[in-house]
Amino acid sequence: MARMAGRRTLAAAPVLLAVTFGVFAIAALSPFDPVKAYAGTAGLTASQAELDQLRINLGVDRPLAARWWDWLASALTGDLGTSAVMRQPVSDVIAERLGWSVLLAACAFAIAVLTGTVLGVLAARRTGGALDRTVSALAYTLEAAPAFWLALLALWFFSVRLGALPPGGLTDAGSDTVTFAQVASHLVLPALVLSASQLPWFFLYVRQGVADALGEDPVRGARARGLAERRVLLGHALRSGMLPTLTLIGSRVPELITGALLVETVFSFPGIAAATVQAATSVDFPLLAALTVLASAAVLAGNLLSDLLYGLVDPRVGFDG
Amino acid sequence: MTARTVRGAVRATLAAALITGAAACSTPGAGVGGAAGTDSVVVGIATEPETLSPLLGYGKDGNSKIFDGLLTHDADMKLRPALAASLPEVSEDGRTYSFTLRRGVTFSDGAPFSAKDVVFTYRTILAPGTNNASKTELDAIESVEAKGEDTVVFTLKYPYAPFAERTVLPIAPEHIAGRQDVNSGDFTKRPVGTGPYVLTAWSKGEKLSFRANPGHWGGEPAVKKFTMAVIKDDDVRATRLRSGELDGAILPPGLAKGFAKDTTRRTYAARTFDYRNVTLPTHHEVTGDLAVRRALDIAVDRTAMVDRLLDGAGKPAFGPVPTDSPWFTAGTERRHDLDRAREILDDAGWKEGHDGIRTKDGIRASFPLWYTAGDKIRQDHALAFASDAKKAGIEVKAEAGTWEVIEPRMKTEAVLAGGGSPADPDFDQYLLLTSSLGGDGFNNMARYDDPAVDAALAEGRRSADPAVRKAAYDTVQRRLAENPGYVFLTHIDHLYVVNDAWDGPGTQVEPHDHGLGTGPWWNVEDWKPQQK
Repeated sequence: MARMAGRRTLAAAPVLLAVTFGVFAIAALSPFDPVKAYAGTAGLTASQAELDQLRINLGVDRPLAARWWDWLASALTGDLGTSAVMRQPVSDVIAERLGWSVLLAACAFAIAVLTGTVLGVLAARRTGGALDRTVSALAYTLEAAPAFWLALLALWFFSVRLGALPPGGLTDAGSDTVTFAQVASHLVLPALVLSASQLPWFFLYVRQGVADALGEDPVRGARARGLAERRVLLGHALRSGMLPTLTLIGSRVPELITGALLVETVFSFPGIAAATVQAATSVDFPLLAALTVLASAAVLAGNLLSDLLYGLVDPRVGFDG
Repeated sequence: MTARTVRGAVRATLAAALITGAAACSTPGAGVGGAAGTDSVVVGIATEPETLSPLLGYGKDGNSKIFDGLLTHDADMKLRPALAASLPEVSEDGRTYSFTLRRGVTFSDGAPFSAKDVVFTYRTILAPGTNNASKTELDAIESVEAKGEDTVVFTLKYPYAPFAERTVLPIAPEHIAGRQDVNSGDFTKRPVGTGPYVLTAWSKGEKLSFRANPGHWGGEPAVKKFTMAVIKDDDVRATRLRSGELDGAILPPGLAKGFAKDTTRRTYAARTFDYRNVTLPTHHEVTGDLAVRRALDIAVDRTAMVDRLLDGAGKPAFGPVPTDSPWFTAGTERRHDLDRAREILDDAGWKEGHDGIRTKDGIRASFPLWYTAGDKIRQDHALAFASDAKKAGIEVKAEAGTWEVIEPRMKTEAVLAGGGSPADPDFDQYLLLTSSLGGDGFNNMARYDDPAVDAALAEGRRSADPAVRKAAYDTVQRRLAENPGYVFLTHIDHLYVVNDAWDGPGTQVEPHDHGLGTGPWWNVEDWKPQQK
């Protein structure tokens, strides 16, 4: 197990390296111009000489490979460079924002797992019943709905129409301090939307797993012994039905990240995902590269977690990567 | 941590979230972070500055709240002393400006302000390594020097009449900003100035919070807490204003109308220099043709555009100077006259074809018109312009693109552009119409080239005599009517809705850019709670 984790970690290094180069290459090919993004409206009245000077200062006039190599060399010494769009060091951007994103993702994930499990068990009890049919149909619809669309819909309904929940940000406009109550109320909508985009998958897996388990010998045996329905459901069926779901939790990380990108942007939530979108549209090389590495590392770690869990819960699978 | 404690924690969090959410929202405007009292003001704005460092261009047009300039604009856009004790002394040849500084001014950290801070600010902005995209505006400066503690002398490369207007830009403290990287240092997020307000927090993409500076040389503001919430979406901004979370907001005409009957709020329409125009590239065989230019200039129905596209919140534009400015040349207004437009084209040999589009010497009277994608106001103007042109037999194909797409095409293809700076007519006109700036960055996109205009523009920026300057800009506007290298369409009012709880809100004439310095809160430091 430890050997596998070590091997995977070693294998991650070349992957991450390739990812950073890929980011620089794609950004260089993108139609956006970093100088225009940096200058904003002031760029429209600046002289050409000034714009050219800015291009040199930002270092975007140099060849792609040289830029990437410089960034990499300083990144390995711990200096991630300066973000042009945020006008501050990249490490500061990450430090300020990562926590909020982790909080949002963790809440959303927790809600999705809990709700998905409860609904999955209930639906599996009577497959083909009214509840099962309704929730399954809903799940397939949600699975097809893009996260940003859900976010806009929730924003329109809960904030604009009902005025029931704050439409965005981290705290109310008038409050200077970040209090628990403020953050909690502002977290509700984005977390619910993000969890809704993750929910169908959990629900469908749990439903299938539990339904299969209910048909298996041990469960039938337990029922025959006259155990209470609750014990049978939660003690036997859920335990074996959840295994496949648990092992795949790690592989959901990529979807969680892309979901967070869209949801944070819609709710102007000051997290790392919203910064990624800004970095991409303004071709902010250092910030974009750092955030992409972060995201890729999260995905690799998620996959590793999946494999480890699988090996743990299923004795038939070894740890040979 | 067992599953149970995790579950318990999550449950508690959710419960708390739902309860606070419900509490915060069941009583709109009842002080949960909202408009608590009249000594705190929360306003909703649409755009946010990239930086708060004046060295990188923040607040260059004044009203920066955190900082002061040497001079400042009053409600009528007249220059008044701020960090300077009086208006500058200008030498006979117009190349030397001497400012005597106000004494006893301190930065909000307690350090004294002196001439070295002024010199540091201007020199840093002009340094090649400083990434300030607006530094072109200070092009005239040859040197800036301190004479003792309280005198600063600017020497210009050439006589430049409107130079004093540029000195509203904010002064940064050398003892803080001078000790860090100008482009990425902490100062860009945590600025320290001499201004009426001190920044308490800036959550990027969300809001900027300020508190009154008790040590301000102009006295402590009555509004103690001032917050600017950054809300990009117009509908969301209007909703948050209605719910009471905001005390004021900038709104598009359609949404501002919804507050017209509200007795507790007032709507302010700021007059502006904010124009929308269509560039007519000199290097295109259709738009470069004088007859086509003159025909388009009178074929457009500007009044209809103001009424239908702006809900009446604006004015027809005939040049960069709005019709109600003292710099406007009376008599250069153009009437909407479709028959005359057709006549001009007929006389010039542009003959109508079977599809209603004219041709001349085998050239079809057709050209593309680019507007920036996602900008609804520009899109509306482009489509209205195209439909008016079609009535005169000229085909305009409106297309959307980003500036990156538009830039390589600007030389020969039309663009729906915008701009406007109210402080001095030189600021817009020189960049827009000088032939030597054709194709320089985004200046003079149409490559307009008229020797009489070039001469008048040079005259207008050199002479210190107001009468001579007025005559020069009259010449420019008259030539622009005879040879319209740009068709100006509208000047757009900026609308703001504010709670009627203070004495003091009013509007200045506003520029094209929506900075933090525009809006009825340009002078929030002078607001007083209404005596009820």
